[in-house]
Amino acid sequence: MSPAIRIEQVSKRFGSVHALDAVDLEVQPGEFFGLLGPNGAGKTTLISALAGLVRPDAGRLRVMNHDVQADYRAARRQLGVVPQELVFDPFFSVRESLQIQSGYFGIADNDTWIDEILENLGLTSKANVNMRMLSGGMKRRVLVAQALVHRPPVIVLDEPTAGVDVELRQTLWAFIRRLNQAGHTVVLTTHYLEEAEMLCNRIAMLKAGRIVALDTTHNLLRRFSTHSLRLRVEGSIPTELLRGATESGGWWSLPFDAFGEVEPILARLRGADCRITDLEVGKPDLEEVFVRVMQGSLQGQG
Amino acid sequence: MRGGFSTLLYKEVLRFWKVAAQTVAAPVLTALLYLLIFSHVLEGHVKIHGIAYTAFLIPGLVIMSVLQNAFANSSSSLIQSKVTGNIVFVLLPPISYLEFFAAYVLASVVRGVVVGSGVLLATVWFAPLGFAEPWWIVIFAVLGGSILGSLGVIAGIWAEKFDQLAAFQNFLIMPLTFLSGVFYSVHSLPPFWQQLSHWNPIFYMIDGFRHGFFGVSDASPWLSLAVVGSCFAVLTVFTLNLLKSGYKLRD
Repeated sequence: MSPAIRIEQVSKRFGSVHALDAVDLEVQPGEFFGLLGPNGAGKTTLISALAGLVRPDAGRLRVMNHDVQADYRAARRQLGVVPQELVFDPFFSVRESLQIQSGYFGIADNDTWIDEILENLGLTSKANVNMRMLSGGMKRRVLVAQALVHRPPVIVLDEPTAGVDVELRQTLWAFIRRLNQAGHTVVLTTHYLEEAEMLCNRIAMLKAGRIVALDTTHNLLRRFSTHSLRLRVEGSIPTELLRGATESGGWWSLPFDAFGEVEPILARLRGADCRITDLEVGKPDLEEVFVRVMQGSLQGQG
Repeated sequence: MRGGFSTLLYKEVLRFWKVAAQTVAAPVLTALLYLLIFSHVLEGHVKIHGIAYTAFLIPGLVIMSVLQNAFANSSSSLIQSKVTGNIVFVLLPPISYLEFFAAYVLASVVRGVVVGSGVLLATVWFAPLGFAEPWWIVIFAVLGGSILGSLGVIAGIWAEKFDQLAAFQNFLIMPLTFLSGVFYSVHSLPPFWQQLSHWNPIFYMIDGFRHGFFGVSDASPWLSLAVVGSCFAVLTVFTLNLLKSGYKLRD
């Protein structure tokens, strides 16, 4: 089975800026894939190249085995993109926007599917409202709906939850998850790392146009982040426990790999007459992975 | 709505029709005002090709409205879509550059012809008009609208801000349409300006269009057809190449 997305040696410069620098990436059908990186890392450029909005200087991109340049018609039918900018056409209602978008993809009578999308995104009551009259969150939902009118097997969401309230985020993720479970490949960029951690089974991290980490979410968390015992103490912690430990604001953070290590640590503290006044267990999180990868302290290709 | 072309055409027509007060009624009123003022001043003083001035003026105003509104339609639609960013809605789907071109230009022709018909309907009562060779009326309205619609596509793609587009419109399209024989016969001009007018393709659109009403004109309608037809062919090739290159749309 060929990959849903295949990106080979793609480079793109804007003036002196290397927006993408020989990027290689494959996303398999059915994956929920996260594309993370700081602003300006090249995430949007990569998505734009995939959508044919940007022409790469070098390299090839394929969607469901269709070249996005040479075979653009087939490639674009396979791809639904939710753009990052909150754009809308002020001349039309929600339903008109979706009908027009369906027509662009050659779909004549799409109202059954449009109704289903509207229902799933909580837009039914807004169907005949002009786009200008909608709140930002509602406009964002319509953007998602517009990307789905042609039932694309590959869905790309470029920061769909930026500035969006909790209710929409939950509605949106529930819907996208259902689509993913139904077999759609989903690629997501977001600055909310807990979202990526919760949703994505595999993650690529981009920095200055290069992929600096690529692995399953599970492996990334295991390799670049650890559990930690967070403590406030009276007395001093034995030095042999301080390997890899950090302190901030009176809280000590002692890393450990397995829960079997916790009791010996506590026993040693007790033995050293060190009294614990407060205690938390920190779990591995993507934010820590992200920060460490971006600082370049670890390189990971997997 | 079956395919990219027909949907884009439908959307472009619906777009101007939804604001018809501004895109149709306003230019009809403007043309009517020109007619009232110029015919008031000049009727009875001026005859051209033996035609009373008001009758001469009406076809000129009609085709001028066709041309200006055809340009306005594609150019304003594109610049608005680019500035607001919703141009992505037509760039993401599988629409070829040929479909893109044809839809924007044809919608411009529709807008031009709708406004032109409105002007004709509003002004036809002011003077007796013949429809001597009506096919020329249709041919030059459609070809003229297509040319200005194509220019509108070029201007809309080239311009990055509304004032750049306004400059294109005010310093190129307006003078060209005004100085091409809408209000006068170029034969009444001094020789130098007469010669210059014969290098202006818009002169041939207006002259050929007027021939359809009166059966007489400054130039032969066949010459006008040749000039206007070649102009459209050159513009088509140029615009298609521009779109194919992705200039300012897909960087």
